[in-house]
Amino acid sequence: MSAAATSAVTLAPHRIAAMVLRYVYLLRSSWTRLLELIYWPAVQLFVWGFLQFYIAQNSGFFARASGVFIAAVLMWDVLFRGQLGFSVSFLEEMWSRNLSNLMISPLRPIEFVCALMIMSLIRLAIGMLPVTFLAMGFFGFNVYSLGLALAAFFVNLILTSWAVGIVVAGVLLRNGMGAETLAWTLMFVLMPLTCVYYPVSVLPPWLQVVAWALPPTYVFEGMRALLMEHMIRIDLMLEAFVLNVLYFAAGVLAFLQLLKSARRVGSLLQTGE
Amino acid sequence: MVKIVEPVIAVDQLVKVYKTTRAVDGISFALEGGSITGLLGGNGAGKTTTIAMIMGLVMPTSGTVRVLGAEMPRQRYHVLHKMNFESPYVDMPHRLTVRQNLKVFGKLYAVEDLDDRIEALARALDLTEFLDRPTGKLSAGQKTRVALAKALINSPQVLLLDEPTASLDPDTADWVRSHLERFRKERGATVLLASHNMAEVERLCERVIIMKRGRIEDDDTPERLLVRYGRQTLEEVFLDVARGRGETREAAQ
Repeated sequence: MSAAATSAVTLAPHRIAAMVLRYVYLLRSSWTRLLELIYWPAVQLFVWGFLQFYIAQNSGFFARASGVFIAAVLMWDVLFRGQLGFSVSFLEEMWSRNLSNLMISPLRPIEFVCALMIMSLIRLAIGMLPVTFLAMGFFGFNVYSLGLALAAFFVNLILTSWAVGIVVAGVLLRNGMGAETLAWTLMFVLMPLTCVYYPVSVLPPWLQVVAWALPPTYVFEGMRALLMEHMIRIDLMLEAFVLNVLYFAAGVLAFLQLLKSARRVGSLLQTGE
Repeated sequence: MVKIVEPVIAVDQLVKVYKTTRAVDGISFALEGGSITGLLGGNGAGKTTTIAMIMGLVMPTSGTVRVLGAEMPRQRYHVLHKMNFESPYVDMPHRLTVRQNLKVFGKLYAVEDLDDRIEALARALDLTEFLDRPTGKLSAGQKTRVALAKALINSPQVLLLDEPTASLDPDTADWVRSHLERFRKERGATVLLASHNMAEVERLCERVIIMKRGRIEDDDTPERLLVRYGRQTLEEVFLDVARGRGETREAAQ
């Protein structure tokens, strides 16, 4: 590896910490931003929680599968909010026209990505922790009772969310704010394909092939196996992890290529529409 | 033995083409350490693109840029910590206070004794009373001073300024210029200033590079330019160049 390339991938914790500090300052400055983090996951929880109550009263099968919808909504939120936490922190730089300042500072792209991943975790913790306690209080569903499986679900979902977030950030760098919609909507393409609320077997065979190419599908299938059949599917988690490593590496490479392309077309100078 | 001093900024046959537009068209110049140079030109002359290539923000189509010996943008991380930039077209996060913004950038540049540095810059740039105010709530002049504080936070060896006094009232603009002059003298920094404010360039710069349609039309000291064009002010020289009268006058002579 050349000296320049080595220098570009060297990680300096103080620069990552500086960027995290910047986003923490921002969160602290606005209670509406904090409230927003909790608001939508809580709304989702209540909608799906009450739906689960209703279906369970009328169906013996769903009564046995207690908490499957609530667990699905919580897991989906880890995936969606994880990506959003990453992308929104990145968008903050574009909204405040601060990106050029960062790009001419010693901050390496990989350090920027690390800071965004840390912020994704922080935002997720702020948004999701209270909602998990609401799930306990209102619907008697304790997500933490999933134990180690929960950790495996979380790691796999967060890795996918970061892989998507990294690609979205690269597209935003390359194409400017015109691509902002991607940050809010891209993950919804995955929603029907990853079978959040229904088993993969529901999909037509050709779509099942697509579904099994996506790591979250393994997580949601694993979650249903645990809640409905009381089986821990380690095989599914390992397969998801391998796919995630591949997607994450591809995401980082795509980001670096898009950043290079942004330097070529001059879009780092103009980060508006 | 004669010691060859390498220029701080060396631009050689630099070209930037955006799709079909030649924004910068084969320019070359070298800036010595401690110099302050004005990059003059109208809108679309290629000043901002040139500065962006010097910072490594834009990749040249061809030609080379070297800053403190590092080839840009390939070796940018060898020198970015010794450089900084200020432009009214680049903002800082509005919701963060001035102190928070300076702290974040100070940490990115690994500035030692950061709190002291922020206090000193605030005193020098008359920002002390605004340090704990959100940056977005400041006036245009105050924001410019904050941007300047950010640009000086790491005491850069190379300072790039893109129209640093645009949209400022004359008093604030004059104040900013005085501070820049002082910084350059004290630090011995190399400053490249893109502007279309002739009075600013005339006052601050010991050398002027005039660009037009991506090319360097002239490059000399302000005094020599005035003599050569037979004009009283740089503004008149600029108008001669912009309207193509420079060649006509030289041909007539």
